[in-house]
Amino acid sequence: MARKLMKGNVAVVMGAVLADCRSFYGYPITPASEITETAANLFPRLGRSFLQAESEVAAINMVYGAASTGVRAMTASSSPGISLKQEGISYAAGSQLPIVVVDVMRGGPGLGNIGPEQSDYFQMTKGGGHGNYRNIVLAPNCAQEMCDFTILAFELADRYRNPAVILTDGFIGQMMEPVDLKPVEIEPVDKKGWAVDGTGDTTDNLICSIFLAPEDLEAHNTVLREKYRRISETEIRFEEYRTEDANVLLIGYGVVSRLLISVVDEARRAGKRYGLLRPISLWPFPTDAIRKYIHQVDSFFVCELSHGQLIEDVRLAVAEEKPVNFYSRSGGVVPSTEEIHRAILDGKEEVLS
Amino acid sequence: MKYKVREKPISMPDVFTHKPGTDQQSTHYCPGCGHGNLHKIIGETLDELGVRENTILISPVGCSVFAYYYFDVGNIQAAHGRAPAVATGAKRAQPHSLVISYQGDGDLAAIGGNNIIQAANRGENITVIFVNNAIYGMTGGQMAPTTLPGQHTSTTPRGRSVRNEGPPIRVCELLAALDTPVYLERTAIIDPKTIGKTRRAIKKALQIQKDGLGFSLVEILSACPTGWKLPPPEARRWIEENMLEYFPLGVYRDKTKEERPAEEEYPIEDVAAVLGLDDDTGDVSPDRSGEGEEVHEALKIAGFGGQGILLLGEIIAEAGMISGRQVTWLPSYGPEMRGGTANCQVVLSSGRIGTPLVSRPNVLVAMNRPSFEKFAGDVTDGGAILYDSSLIQDVSAPAAVSEFAIPATQIAADLGNTRVANVVMLGAYMAINRSMGRDAVMKSIAIHIRKKDLLPLNEKALHKGMEAVKSAAVG
Ligand SMILES: Cc1ncc(C[n+]2csc(CCOP(=O)(O)OP(=O)(O)O)c2C)c(N)n1
Repeated sequence: MARKLMKGNVAVVMGAVLADCRSFYGYPITPASEITETAANLFPRLGRSFLQAESEVAAINMVYGAASTGVRAMTASSSPGISLKQEGISYAAGSQLPIVVVDVMRGGPGLGNIGPEQSDYFQMTKGGGHGNYRNIVLAPNCAQEMCDFTILAFELADRYRNPAVILTDGFIGQMMEPVDLKPVEIEPVDKKGWAVDGTGDTTDNLICSIFLAPEDLEAHNTVLREKYRRISETEIRFEEYRTEDANVLLIGYGVVSRLLISVVDEARRAGKRYGLLRPISLWPFPTDAIRKYIHQVDSFFVCELSHGQLIEDVRLAVAEEKPVNFYSRSGGVVPSTEEIHRAILDGKEEVLS
Repeated sequence: MKYKVREKPISMPDVFTHKPGTDQQSTHYCPGCGHGNLHKIIGETLDELGVRENTILISPVGCSVFAYYYFDVGNIQAAHGRAPAVATGAKRAQPHSLVISYQGDGDLAAIGGNNIIQAANRGENITVIFVNNAIYGMTGGQMAPTTLPGQHTSTTPRGRSVRNEGPPIRVCELLAALDTPVYLERTAIIDPKTIGKTRRAIKKALQIQKDGLGFSLVEILSACPTGWKLPPPEARRWIEENMLEYFPLGVYRDKTKEERPAEEEYPIEDVAAVLGLDDDTGDVSPDRSGEGEEVHEALKIAGFGGQGILLLGEIIAEAGMISGRQVTWLPSYGPEMRGGTANCQVVLSSGRIGTPLVSRPNVLVAMNRPSFEKFAGDVTDGGAILYDSSLIQDVSAPAAVSEFAIPATQIAADLGNTRVANVVMLGAYMAINRSMGRDAVMKSIAIHIRKKDLLPLNEKALHKGMEAVKSAAVG
């Protein structure tokens, strides 16, 4: 094992290498570029495939091609690039390809700016591209998790033959923290059953998302729905912090959850009973974990760097049984812990509806 | 004339098992459609070359979206225009395979225009079969980039106007402007002679890939009787009478005989070496000070771009890590980094770090005046400000904050290199705090200063900073 200080973006590539990712295709964009740059440095040295694609559209389709042949493949980008990848992600979902996509979110809409935002929540957790599909979405909040969740994303993608997404933000990508690196046991997956690898064993296989007859496409969608149900039952992940006796439950993910840890600690020092629930899997969403607190807390408080995306899932969970208060900043502005404190005390709802 | 009687190729089986429905023996193509002829030629060629098992066929979006019904090879269906990118990913993942990107003219020359140019320019070792039928067949006869001037389609009801839509794109000529493609040929499916030429071209293109020579593309002028609203024999004549003039047949590139420049070979390294899994940078330094003590330092380090502000923060964070602390380092990133001001926020803690954002630092390291002015007021009571007094004069810190004026740039200049001013500040900071040991700091410097002959200078700078702080307390 080695402990190294590195950016979250670099840690993603460490995880990819440890997870035996064989193909990386990317296109530069701040604040995600270090992922592509680090892959450019490491992949060729390991005899693995790296290419700076001509666009995000090309990159996701290269990933589609590589994953079709049964190797672990990934791409990384930031919000505008992710918008471009959505068609490819939809195809991968339809063709049931295990791929990993990293989104280091920045400010939008449009060109926005390079500051940290969380406004890709909808496009990653609800579909984003066309059709009935879901990405498995993991939200790291430190460099170690950028590495570990990338490994986990490959495992989940393989296990379910589904796109898995690391949804993070400019701060988590740019921040340096210690990361412990250790070799990973790779779960063996029998790819010959579905992949197309240019050998005689796989000529009966077909990677495609087209089902011309309505009843066939419906049957395919039913298979996907069943898969999503299984994922929802088994792959929910979240972290609870000082929630045992909490009467206000704070909810946030990514960099916001780091701020909320400090808010909880400061509040506890002042004798207030705040706790934090951090969704780690944004899809499947930890709905039941949140519902469990309806009878314990007086109110919920959601903080996110977007004008009301995560809060929709929290509201669905809480179902108007307790107040859900809200505070958000956007455009790359990150609130201070003092600011969040005041917002909790105000108890104001500022959500766009 | 002698005709060879060809057997049904094994690459194209008698029963199309991927095809849904009851009719698994005939294709879905209209009578007289060029795709049908071409499929047969490809199937036969794959047999001839003995490459069926290694072949991966990329079906595009267009009438040939179902090409995978007919070929007993590995099949991947791709998004509209993206077959060259998908082929790139597949081929690079499985270099032993034979990858065919089969594309129509809308797919290749309109929506996928950049993908084909870039794949050709990279010299992907793939074979592209490009079906130029001057129309969008699948969607019911709209204009393609190859639609001829004056040609009527459902989206050029007055005939294609060169002024409005531009002239048709000649793909072979366009790609021949690139250095890399190995083989580019335009053929047609009109009569046995052109069909024979098409067969030879496709065989050559696939052989080129098999031999690992690089990118090959065959453009085939091909009939779309339905789209052109012509009976099949007339449609073939239409190719001859209308398309040939605009799209001359022939070889546009043949580099098969040319020497290819040698590529440098690099050894393949193993994961442990590349990731440094056996490095010991994280070992806790035995001399760490303040062991067991609760520590929470929140630093803001700010100055001009080029003063080594971010590096100073990194060295502190690394030293903190080596000393067994939890640490975070957060830069101001983006355009700000490129000139102007730079700052970073570093947290060192004996416990889990919540927010990595330092809005209220307990230590400010200010390397220029604007930074002092901007951040001095944020420093918490009982905290400290260290500033470069060679560059910042006549300032005063808030009352409850200790102030250390370090002539860092002057000291660095006296040492012969102003660039170590940041390390002088590091020495000063180290001397007033207990969150990291000297050995850890030196180890960290050794990790971050790439030029090893500069290490003695840095050690001196560090020492000078530690000395300077003793006489630097202001008020
Ligand atoms: C992103 C996208 N845009 C548009 C379409 C609709 N579409 C399907 S096939 C096609 C044109 C295909 O024409 P061409 O490539 O010339 O092939 P042909 O059908 O003539 O063989 C279009 C526009 C699509 N499937 N996807």
